[in-house]
Amino acid sequence: MPDTSSSKPRIEHYVAPLEETPLAAIDSVKTEGKPSNLWIDAWHDLRRRPMFWISSALILIIVFVALFPGLFTNESPNEGCQLANSNGAPVPGHPLGFTRQGCDVFARIVYGAGTSLSVGIIVTILVFTLGVLFGAFAGYYGGWVDGVLSRVGDIFFSIPYILAAVVIMSVLANYRSVWVISLAIGVFAWPATARVLRSEILRVKNSDFVTAATAIGVSRFKILWAHVVPNSIAPVIVIATISLAGAIVAEATLSFLGVGLPSTFMSWGNDIAQAQTTLRTAPQVLIYPSIALSLTVFSFIMLGEVVRDALDPKARAQR
Amino acid sequence: MLWYTGKRLLQIIPVLLGATFLIYFMVFAMPGDPIAALYGDRPPAPGVIDQIRDQYHLNDPFIVQYFYYLIGIFQGDFGVTYSGQPVTEVLARTFPVTIRLAILAIFFEMVAGILVGLISGLRKGGIFDATGLAVSLVLISLPIFVLGFVAQYFLAIQWGWFSPTVGGDPGFVDLILPAIVLATISFAQIVRLTRSSVIETQSLDFVRTAYSKGLTRRRVVPVHILRNSLIPVVTYLGTDFGTLLVGATVTEGIFNVPGVGRTLYQAVLKGEGPTVVSFVTVMVLLYLVVNLLIDLLYAVLDPRIRYA
Repeated sequence: MPDTSSSKPRIEHYVAPLEETPLAAIDSVKTEGKPSNLWIDAWHDLRRRPMFWISSALILIIVFVALFPGLFTNESPNEGCQLANSNGAPVPGHPLGFTRQGCDVFARIVYGAGTSLSVGIIVTILVFTLGVLFGAFAGYYGGWVDGVLSRVGDIFFSIPYILAAVVIMSVLANYRSVWVISLAIGVFAWPATARVLRSEILRVKNSDFVTAATAIGVSRFKILWAHVVPNSIAPVIVIATISLAGAIVAEATLSFLGVGLPSTFMSWGNDIAQAQTTLRTAPQVLIYPSIALSLTVFSFIMLGEVVRDALDPKARAQR
Repeated sequence: MLWYTGKRLLQIIPVLLGATFLIYFMVFAMPGDPIAALYGDRPPAPGVIDQIRDQYHLNDPFIVQYFYYLIGIFQGDFGVTYSGQPVTEVLARTFPVTIRLAILAIFFEMVAGILVGLISGLRKGGIFDATGLAVSLVLISLPIFVLGFVAQYFLAIQWGWFSPTVGGDPGFVDLILPAIVLATISFAQIVRLTRSSVIETQSLDFVRTAYSKGLTRRRVVPVHILRNSLIPVVTYLGTDFGTLLVGATVTEGIFNVPGVGRTLYQAVLKGEGPTVVSFVTVMVLLYLVVNLLIDLLYAVLDPRIRYA
């Protein structure tokens, strides 16, 4: 025990004489078993949980469908639609029937996966980048940097991001594309991520390994990105997974409201909006894309929840 | 408390300015000339254009224009809709309906959410708990318009329990179905929040003390556990209000409820940009005020916040 009666605890550094003991022997403090960290622990927890495997499998299937839609259907989602088939019942080769325009419902769902997923991924990258930059600098540097960055975050946080996206998309009515809609959603969705990272960094930045890095002369900037951020990023990754689901819902909601993607795009939100007029007579046209949308959102939320539980010992205790 | 209230009021000013500035900037960046849009193919005399530009301060720099817009907002001038009605007039007509819908939805989600969350938390790991968690996960994943249509199709059209559309001047009873739909997503969140909060509170020292001094479960659960678990749920209501506003836009559109949300929904559908902006501004201001009130309420509930 170090002497605790003095005002500062004295830390004794033992430096072994080099010629007597090889350094490797001193450095190796290997106790029994493999080294463990947060991610390895989480992985051990995750691989025992069926929910993790179910959600991962669902996501893999959705990604595969989005990447190679041609493998899943021979029909074209937009061309060769026969108005004679309008809202038609399923026939062989068209397992889910036809939309109001006489297009194949199944083909439209298959091709819509790409749109939803691209919006989700672009928004997530945007939210992750902005959130990490703002959160990291605000949390680590503190003071006026924190004051300015956090206030900017508060302003963006004060506008519910779907409402903001509605305004942006109405303003940019002539420029609608996957990129524009992703930007419209992402620009107002990042403050939540920044807040989480900021509070996590506040917790981490006084750790011993940060003091150690400072002591051996690592620059503050490098400590932030090489040591502090990697040790604070876990909850942000969980949020990113869940925000991917949120972005997919946001795109569908905007398309449903009519300020999303133009109808030439394959988008589940568009299809649901178009099918609502015939809800009474042809509910199946509305139900199938709704199921696809909900299932996609469900897989990402489920994955996020499982990973959150695995990373958070407190949540694990609550199970 | 006074000091805290003052601090909180001061803090909201930059956010208020920033939020209105952002909205105004987005509209300012709108491509096209508003005057040219007013006239269409036959441009008016140059003098007329100049006069209109002067009248609406369009020749002034951006920041001055923003200033005029801000003064207008503080005087309660949110502009006019496409059909020439002042936005405030439309609000006066539609607002009470939306308030009724929101009260009903908040009532449903709070009562049901807290009840289910409490039982789940108390019986952690049981069948009820597992079912509750699974159902809440599914409900969170359902986009509100999907839920709206499914409810409309099955509960109203197929089984005829409710009227599929509302319309007219609805009372509380007419709004039950839209309110349930609106409440569902937040209901799932409240279940999860209450559950984890109850589990956490249950293991605290004062609960053990309460039991050990001989209080019955019937007294400890509502008075000691539930009351102390509700603080995160109350704060959640603030964030939830944003979801509620967006949700109201969609639900009122689907069920044809003549509220603020439907007005926004229809303005969006028809591409009436300026009306959309006016209503979003009103909603954002409302959202800020509600969050301010909830923060103050939170400080009343929990003294630690006030003095931090």
